[in-house]
Amino acid sequence: MNHLLSIEELDREEIERIVAQAERFAEVSDREIKKVPALRGRMVLNLFYEASTRTRSSFELAAKRLSADVVNFAASGSSVEKGESLKDTVLTLSAHKPDAIVLRTPWAGASELVSKWCGAAIVNAGDGKHEHPTQALLDVYTLKRSRLGGIDGASIWIVGDVAHSRVARSNIIAFQKLGAKVTVAGPPTLIPRGIEALGCEVRFTLDELSKADVVYALRMQHERMSESFLPSLREYASWYQINGRRLGPRQVLMHPGPVNRGVELSGEVVDSPQAVITAQVEAGVVVRMAVLYELLAGAREPQSDPDRPENVKQLA
Amino acid sequence: MAANPLVQGPGVPANLLLSRAHVLDPRADIDALYDVRVRGGEIAELAAPGTLDPATDEEAIDASGRTLLPAFFDPHVHLRTPGQEHKEDLETGTRAAAAGGFGGAIAMPNTEPVLDSAPLLRSLRDAAAREARIPVGFLPAITRGLAGEELTEMAELRQEGALGFTDDGRPVASAGMLRKALQYQRLCGGTIALHEEDSSLSKGGTMHEGAVSAALGLGGIPSVSESTMLARDAALAGYEDARVHFQHLSCVASVQVVAHAKAQGWKVSTEVTPHHLLLTEEDVRGMDTRMKMNPPLATEQDRKALVEGLREGTIDCVATDHAPHARDEKEVPFEQAPMGTTGLETAFAALYTGLVLPGVLELRLLVERMTAGAALFELPTPRIATGEPANLTLIDLDGEWVAGEHGWESRSENCCFAGRRLQGRVLLTVAAGAVVYRERAFSVVAA
Repeated sequence: MNHLLSIEELDREEIERIVAQAERFAEVSDREIKKVPALRGRMVLNLFYEASTRTRSSFELAAKRLSADVVNFAASGSSVEKGESLKDTVLTLSAHKPDAIVLRTPWAGASELVSKWCGAAIVNAGDGKHEHPTQALLDVYTLKRSRLGGIDGASIWIVGDVAHSRVARSNIIAFQKLGAKVTVAGPPTLIPRGIEALGCEVRFTLDELSKADVVYALRMQHERMSESFLPSLREYASWYQINGRRLGPRQVLMHPGPVNRGVELSGEVVDSPQAVITAQVEAGVVVRMAVLYELLAGAREPQSDPDRPENVKQLA
Repeated sequence: MAANPLVQGPGVPANLLLSRAHVLDPRADIDALYDVRVRGGEIAELAAPGTLDPATDEEAIDASGRTLLPAFFDPHVHLRTPGQEHKEDLETGTRAAAAGGFGGAIAMPNTEPVLDSAPLLRSLRDAAAREARIPVGFLPAITRGLAGEELTEMAELRQEGALGFTDDGRPVASAGMLRKALQYQRLCGGTIALHEEDSSLSKGGTMHEGAVSAALGLGGIPSVSESTMLARDAALAGYEDARVHFQHLSCVASVQVVAHAKAQGWKVSTEVTPHHLLLTEEDVRGMDTRMKMNPPLATEQDRKALVEGLREGTIDCVATDHAPHARDEKEVPFEQAPMGTTGLETAFAALYTGLVLPGVLELRLLVERMTAGAALFELPTPRIATGEPANLTLIDLDGEWVAGEHGWESRSENCCFAGRRLQGRVLLTVAAGAVVYRERAFSVVAA
């Protein structure tokens, strides 16, 4: 694996290999000293064109636990605001020879483009409404360690704003690759036409939600009201909120965060034993360690290795 | 209306003898070997193959094994002048047209500033009279600044040489506004060409709405955004007995609406692009920005309906919608990229390779549809007949090439067919009596 651009391009073995590696790193996270020297001397660049606290800090922690150097570059307050193009920004930052670039942008396909422009390993940390592969990997990891114990044969319902969700797209693909049966449910205005071509089923009500082994609620963004996708949050909640009445005792509840309590989830279910939302956050760090390790340890030559001839020349 | 609606730069009237050419002109019903003599820019003689000898002042061209067609006409190109000359200008755009075998083209008004006043049209025609390789005409805007709010001075624009009017790139959103333009057409004439799109349906979309947009997480443009607007405007044209031309059809429903409008006897015509005839939403899966155009590439079912519409005549002609953009404008994420593909240099070869060779369309039908655009704007159709001005293109139908392998005549390279192996090479183009393009390798062979 040279890059992690999408779940689409991974096969079942690759997904399982990364999850197994994450399990080995989970052991490190329980130690008093949480660091391993696996990526010492490597540089990871976080390039974020969208606001993000959890994903960015999760990648930062993951890199630091592997002893890599981390540089954070946020688009706001930078040359990007002065009109620099994505390509020019990437080429400029590549001069620092990062070994990996963790990239989040509001544009589908941006990670794949960037992977053609520079030598670093590219990790897609969200590209528009397209994909968010590390989220899907950490969700797979979380489910594997949940009461369910695995994904094969499970029925997984993804509920909410599927149209604007890269998490939904990556998870539909990942869960199905691991043998789950995926159903998406939500208001008809927020289920994109043609989504069933990905292999999932579509429902516009939660009437059959009890069939689900896993209920995966998506974040409902407030701006969807002003764009007339929904008449009101109240109406959304009354039809699609996962609450104590809808969530069964044997179901597993997931959410990518941050949660809007009282909208897509009622407060009671967030704090219920069915919820694995904090486990997902924990999984974020070890899974991202596994991804960076998979991409940077081993065969790939470090870009920032001071012993590389071209770097020596530059220093002299 | 101005005496000469098309303008071109200075050219030397050609004296040529094309020997043993396979001459094909569907309108003249010619499909046989001939020697063709061009004198002073006119077709002077059509004679049995091998019977004419070159005069001393004639260039002799051995055209055996080559096909001589009437030069193509493109009613829909973007020459980006004035204001966006970093994408294309009158010279590079018409050079690209000549290289594609085109002998005439009509430029759209979505320039900077918008072509919406007579003085601007006059200066643009003056510039074309210096720089254009092939004859070009202009469609100024229907509404000032393409803003959809006030009519341009259509009558004065017609006197200054406007071939018609269009807000291309945008729809005329208000039915009332369009109706006034259609009424005003009774005074000034000129075909009104319409880009059909309901922006309230297409808003936020960057590709065709369907399985591929759902999988890629890209905002979708539903086909009904075109077909509903087209149905509205067809009804308006019928009601006002106006002459309208629907631009770049992209879906089944639109073909059906046009067929219905024609069946009512309404004065409508329409065009389709090579990319909509050959590519589909599946070609967008790689998020290659050269595949991003408006209207977007649709489904295989749509593509087949467009091919069938062109074959049986619901669709009148082929137009490229040649839309050049600079490399750095297209080298961005898909959602950020501007809409458009270049098309002049690949149109014939792409359609010949994709539709004629597999037996979907006959060559003579393709030639008819690639020349039919002129008449839709009341311009003479190029013909291969004695006494006609020489508008010719000589093609090697067996010549294979890879699109873009030796660069482009256009200033821009955003061609959706780039890298594809095509068959059918334009060797020579004669437009309005002058040689405007000569394939480099061919000129050596000919000499």
